[in-house]
Amino acid sequence: MLENHAKLMHFFASCDEVVGRKRLQKMVYIMKKCGVNFEERYEFHFYGPYSEELTLRIEEMCNLGFISEAMEEKKNYYQYRYKLTDAGNDFLSHSDIDLPELKGYIDGMNEKSSRFLELVSTMLFFEHLPKDEIEEKIYTVKSKQNYKPEELEEAWAFIQEMRPVS
Amino acid sequence: MAYRDEKLEEEKVFKDPVHRYVHVRDRVIWDLIGSREFQRLRRVKQLGTTYLTFHGAEHSRFNHSLGVYEIVRRILENFRDREHWNEEERLLCLCAALLHDLGHGPFSHSFEKVFKLDHEDFTQEILLGDTEVNRILTHVEEGFPKKVADVINKTYSDKLVVSLISSQIDADRMDYLQRDAYFTGVSYGHFDMERILRVMRPMEDQVVIKESGMHAVEDYIMSRYQMYWQVYFHPVTRSAEVILSKILHRAKELYQNHYEFKLKPVHFLSFFEGSPTLKEYLALDENVVMYYFQTWMDEDDPILSDLCERFVNRRLFKYIEFNPNLQMNEWRELYELFREADLNPRYYLEVDSSSDLPYDFYRPGEEGERLPIHLLQPNKELKELSRLSDIVESISGKKRTDHKLYFPADELRRMPEDSEVKQRILGILYGKEEQ
Repeated sequence: MLENHAKLMHFFASCDEVVGRKRLQKMVYIMKKCGVNFEERYEFHFYGPYSEELTLRIEEMCNLGFISEAMEEKKNYYQYRYKLTDAGNDFLSHSDIDLPELKGYIDGMNEKSSRFLELVSTMLFFEHLPKDEIEEKIYTVKSKQNYKPEELEEAWAFIQEMRPVS
Repeated sequence: MAYRDEKLEEEKVFKDPVHRYVHVRDRVIWDLIGSREFQRLRRVKQLGTTYLTFHGAEHSRFNHSLGVYEIVRRILENFRDREHWNEEERLLCLCAALLHDLGHGPFSHSFEKVFKLDHEDFTQEILLGDTEVNRILTHVEEGFPKKVADVINKTYSDKLVVSLISSQIDADRMDYLQRDAYFTGVSYGHFDMERILRVMRPMEDQVVIKESGMHAVEDYIMSRYQMYWQVYFHPVTRSAEVILSKILHRAKELYQNHYEFKLKPVHFLSFFEGSPTLKEYLALDENVVMYYFQTWMDEDDPILSDLCERFVNRRLFKYIEFNPNLQMNEWRELYELFREADLNPRYYLEVDSSSDLPYDFYRPGEEGERLPIHLLQPNKELKELSRLSDIVESISGKKRTDHKLYFPADELRRMPEDSEVKQRILGILYGKEEQ
């Protein structure tokens, strides 16, 4: 029952908290592309890969009390913080999902800005293309973000570091 | 005259119950409609298993695709000569609108889950592979199929073009809400589309709505909300969907265990093995699937046979509300009791959640999460819809999740009255007595 929810609880159990829905979306996508068996379906959106399935699953887990959501008002928008609850921990302890240790990778992503995670996830979305075409795509679909070549270099290195996760 | 500019001598029209007429003048559009890959959409229902709940819901993805094309055609008539709109993108928009669902397979939601497929990948393959559609698009221009594929994949450089086909207020949603309401016969789902089309304005990288059109957009958002709960996530439809998934899982499991089917399921073999080619994918439409289900009713495997009989003859599972947190122990107990009752719980007990059928409610979201609907104010500033609309704000914060437990009540009823297992199962499902 709720195996896909349990996988996400395992994700939250591997970190203290995740701040920001955009960050959460991109982190799960990056892990998925690095071989972690998350089953949420992603599509490309205005801000890069986005999963409605993930959004809804998070909402369900909040409503069931497995995850806590705290909303903070920022200048022109709201920001959300997510944490696994005791009920979530209890549910997770009874599930038999088989996922690798994620803590180191999640900590690594949590140290990065959501702008950077948007870049990495967008590069991974186009991973079926040759490297130069991926970079061309980034400058096309993310023209407003004005990513610098050194940011792309850093993103390539980051992807290399993340790959052993699977 | 270049093929891309060729017009039919006389305008062709398709009579349509939602938009009255779908108008076609471009030769390219006419040729695409006639292609075998587009005609295949006649054999894929728009709403999958919903016809088992709302008997009118037999309309196809073919109807819907024509509808989306027609809406985009009307939007572009309104955009002509407006700032930010590049008329050279017109044919690209029309093609993307017409072809956006080209890769949908039979009962695509369940198929994709069980066989780990993505219809978007097949849409790309049809557009870029050895197909009639590809030949027509290539005739327009060498790189044209790729452009159409990029628009549908939402990775095209001009985001305004993408947002017409796919955004929080796009032609796709505006068509399916009205069409699904019409064919299911429900009174929700209706909104003033003509008004919305009149107040849509092109901006640099998105479509926005003039503030004066806010109430028409409120109606559209409300209809999305109501259609979800009344039609798309109807619990009886979900029951049919649960059984459909179980059939596919069972057939796949039998195949992997070298079960001898009476009729070799040739159309399914590549799906069971996890890698259908484009040709194999396109060969499996809903008519073929239903033929196999009818055939499998006579299979020796009692589970496959029973599940197919249930689906074909609409002998669906019953359901109760279920809270996976508060009823975790009951779930475990039920699982064991079903085993004792000789009902394989992997096939006869299922918790179905709202996230199993993701449907994008309108959410203003967090900054940078996804693009919201923007209203264009008289001073030319943009404001997110829920900041100006109390109605939208109030439904944006509503609890929208739901979990149900599905089971074969008829099988339980057939168990002997004095069966202790039966009494314990009914006790958990219904309280003390069966209802």
